[in-house]
Amino acid sequence: MELTVALGIGTLAGAGVWLILRPRTFQVIIGLSLLSYAVNLFIIVMGRLQTGAPVLASRAAGDPSQYADPLPQALVLTAIVISFATTALFLVVLLASRGFTGTDHVDGREPER
Amino acid sequence: MSRITDHLVIVPIVLPLLAGAAMLLLGERRRNAKAAINLGSTLSLVAIAIALLASAGASSGGAAATYRLGDWPAPFGIVLVADRLSALMLLLTSVLAAATVVFSLARWHRAGAHFHSLFQFLLVGLNGAFLTGDLFNLFVFFELMLAASYGLALHGSGPARVRAGLHYIVVNLAASLLFLVGVSLIYGVSGTLNMADLAARIPGIAPESRGLLEAGAAVLATAFLLKAGMWPLCFWMPTTYAAASPPVAAIFAIMTKVGVYIVLRLWLLLFGEAAGASANFGGEVLLLGGLATVAFGVIGTLASQDLARLTAHSVLVSSGTVLAAIGMGEAGVTSGALFYMVSSTLALGALFLLVELVERGREPGADVLAVTREAYGEDDLDNEEEVGLVIPATMAMLGLAFIGCALVIAGLPPLSGFIGKFALLTAALNPVGSADAGVRTASSALLIILILSGLAAVIAMTRAGMRAFWASPDRAVPRVRIIEMAPVAILLILCAMQTIQAGPVMRYMHATAQSLHTPQTYVRDVLQAEPGAEARRAGPT
Repeated sequence: MELTVALGIGTLAGAGVWLILRPRTFQVIIGLSLLSYAVNLFIIVMGRLQTGAPVLASRAAGDPSQYADPLPQALVLTAIVISFATTALFLVVLLASRGFTGTDHVDGREPER
Repeated sequence: MSRITDHLVIVPIVLPLLAGAAMLLLGERRRNAKAAINLGSTLSLVAIAIALLASAGASSGGAAATYRLGDWPAPFGIVLVADRLSALMLLLTSVLAAATVVFSLARWHRAGAHFHSLFQFLLVGLNGAFLTGDLFNLFVFFELMLAASYGLALHGSGPARVRAGLHYIVVNLAASLLFLVGVSLIYGVSGTLNMADLAARIPGIAPESRGLLEAGAAVLATAFLLKAGMWPLCFWMPTTYAAASPPVAAIFAIMTKVGVYIVLRLWLLLFGEAAGASANFGGEVLLLGGLATVAFGVIGTLASQDLARLTAHSVLVSSGTVLAAIGMGEAGVTSGALFYMVSSTLALGALFLLVELVERGREPGADVLAVTREAYGEDDLDNEEEVGLVIPATMAMLGLAFIGCALVIAGLPPLSGFIGKFALLTAALNPVGSADAGVRTASSALLIILILSGLAAVIAMTRAGMRAFWASPDRAVPRVRIIEMAPVAILLILCAMQTIQAGPVMRYMHATAQSLHTPQTYVRDVLQAEPGAEARRAGPT
């Protein structure tokens, strides 16, 4: 499972970084979204990968390593909300820039060729 | 947690949050009510910050006040910590904010929607970042601050601002993702997010995990240093700051200092002398990066054609100087750097405000304002009743204020910039204890770079001042109102006060630096919690 998750995060992050470096604003925003997915997965992984481990069980308190770590899950929730909001905000700026400059290039003008 | 004053620590976060939310409900038409709320909230923040500063200054320990939300013990619950450094930054923020609000009331707050709410939300983020005691809340407050700043950077609209704002947002969103990667790496290795708990655990980290921890810290630092504008992460900054509307640029002057604050806080806490094998991790990077930032900023100030860009590059010089000084890792140098940071931030804020007043009679500034009006359909901006009286002898006042700003920023006597730089360099050249060759080289490099940066600042400011005040006799004298001039004057008077009261201020800075360099007391104060504190060492390892 570790390998699968690592490859998944790597693919998302790689694609995200590639897209951020592209010159069109739409590519940049998709790149940022992909990167934020990669980071969210990464946060979950940092709480250790376990299948079927409970967050809380009614059994007697035992070895904490038998439980899922709830903290990264809380962190991911917060991170998802924040990145969603900032992406929406960025979308507005993107549209404003398109309206002002008439181009979707990140510099607001087409490069001279 | 019984006395009412104990809850003072959380007020700087709650008050602007409530004020900002209340203003959202008021609607665009009721500007006067909003202005009153904004001003009232900001002035109360100044008073609260002074109270916190007084109690922090009187305390002997590391943290003056620890506020546990929901009364959960420290490593589990969320803590707010007000120590000397936090209180100092709170005061600096609120003073700058008050000056900015007053300035914006003359005309700029009408240039776009929701200025007052966004302003208060920015203060929530700033104050929260200065007060929080754990890494994840730092992220949350950081994002809050950034989200508000995205809106403020675009305040006044216009193609230049939108283009600069677009780059600003992309860069900062990417930095936030780096921030999260760093935080989760550190959590994965150490099993805690509380800064004090983290500092206590770092010496005990297993050697095989140490690399991962340091990688996490480095990734985290990249995010902060980008905010602080360290070279080579600073190319977004001058454009954004120069394009932002003047009151926004003035309050943004403190935002670079958030990055500097976090470096001061976390680096000295986590990688101080007590950190075992990781001690002083990344110190060279801070020193060299800071020096490179100063060099880049100096070149930028010399190359700048207009005053706003010059000021934006001076922001880089200021944060570079402080970063390099922190990288020296000496308490004496740090206290000088703190003194310098306070005075330079005040002066830079004043200069950002002043630039707009000076440029007002000239074409470029008029252009921006015209575009703003066009975008918002505010043709009546000039016809509308303007707030406050027009001051006499405008050019003389502006010139004097400009000279004052230039003196502080260049670090010339008699104003406070000189004292800050002098204290910094004195401590750097006379290190406590045995100094090896590396330290000597570092302090001479710091000396040379700082002196040269002062010289360059004088040259650049003189040139810009001559062009603005002497070279164009036929220009229209800008109409400047008292309400616009007063904030600039007050910020400069504060710089002068800092010079007159240099003794007490310097003592405070010294105590701050001492407690930053001996983080054990901070750790003890935060973690010495109520019952149940003994049972807390049960993290995943």
